[in-house]
Amino acid sequence: MKLSTFFLVIIIIFNFTELNSSENNDKLKNKISKNIRCLICQGQSVYDSQSDFAISIKLVIERKLNEGLNENEIYDFLKNQYGQWISYDPEFNKKTFILWILPILLFLIGGAIILRKLIVQKLQL
Amino acid sequence: MKNKIILGALLLFFAFCFLVLFKALNNSSIYVPPKKTEKILKNFNSEDLFSENKISSDKIFVDSEFYAINIWSSWCVPCREEHPKLMELSKNTSLKLIGLNYKDNPKNAKKFIKEFGNPYFMILTDKNGIISIDLGAVGVPETFIINKDKRIIKRFLGSLSEKSLKEINLILK
Repeated sequence: MKLSTFFLVIIIIFNFTELNSSENNDKLKNKISKNIRCLICQGQSVYDSQSDFAISIKLVIERKLNEGLNENEIYDFLKNQYGQWISYDPEFNKKTFILWILPILLFLIGGAIILRKLIVQKLQL
Repeated sequence: MKNKIILGALLLFFAFCFLVLFKALNNSSIYVPPKKTEKILKNFNSEDLFSENKISSDKIFVDSEFYAINIWSSWCVPCREEHPKLMELSKNTSLKLIGLNYKDNPKNAKKFIKEFGNPYFMILTDKNGIISIDLGAVGVPETFIINKDKRIIKRFLGSLSEKSLKEINLILK
């Protein structure tokens, strides 16, 4: 009797772990599909879109997660298939460097202008 | 003098913005994935539309100089427009034309073929669209030209035009 209870507890624990891992996969699938652009409904993410393309991509993401691929490997696979544009998070490379550098440059230039004005004001006082 | 320089700089800045926006707005806003060629076709498993037998792609891509995978569906209007061109293409003996029936009802697909003719050497089914994603396809119709080394050498997004047929015939020569 005790042995059967022990096995029952073990089975329940293992089932919960499995449930937990599938829940994690679901969360990760949603996270990835929110970061992937639907190429049919281009204003929407794959998560939001109900196009045939988006439905298939969601299935592919789910399969890849079940195969044991991690988040970055799935992004790499999709970028390799459809190009950089499919991701909402552009990489830093020669085509996107202006996008990344421009805000910093504007911030520095703006900061320098403000600082200069402040110094001039201080000197005039 | 200083005001004139500022005014000139502002004008230059606005002219620059105008040019950038003008050029950008003239470009099509519809993204077309890069036509990556020379990608090797991965093996995939599918089902024959008519016999419903399971088939591995490595048993299909064996004895021809060139292959074409055409993704189509009975519910896709451009596929109907494209069909006569596929019928024409099927006359070329150096090309094995393989149909990939995308997310379709088999009954409708068979009816479509009965009505418009069968240009394909074989029709495989892609019930959930995963094979198409592995190929790098976006939708239907789409055609991939593959050489004997299983390399994708050309890709046509959308229905085949007269120009595309000429391009394919040039490759096959």
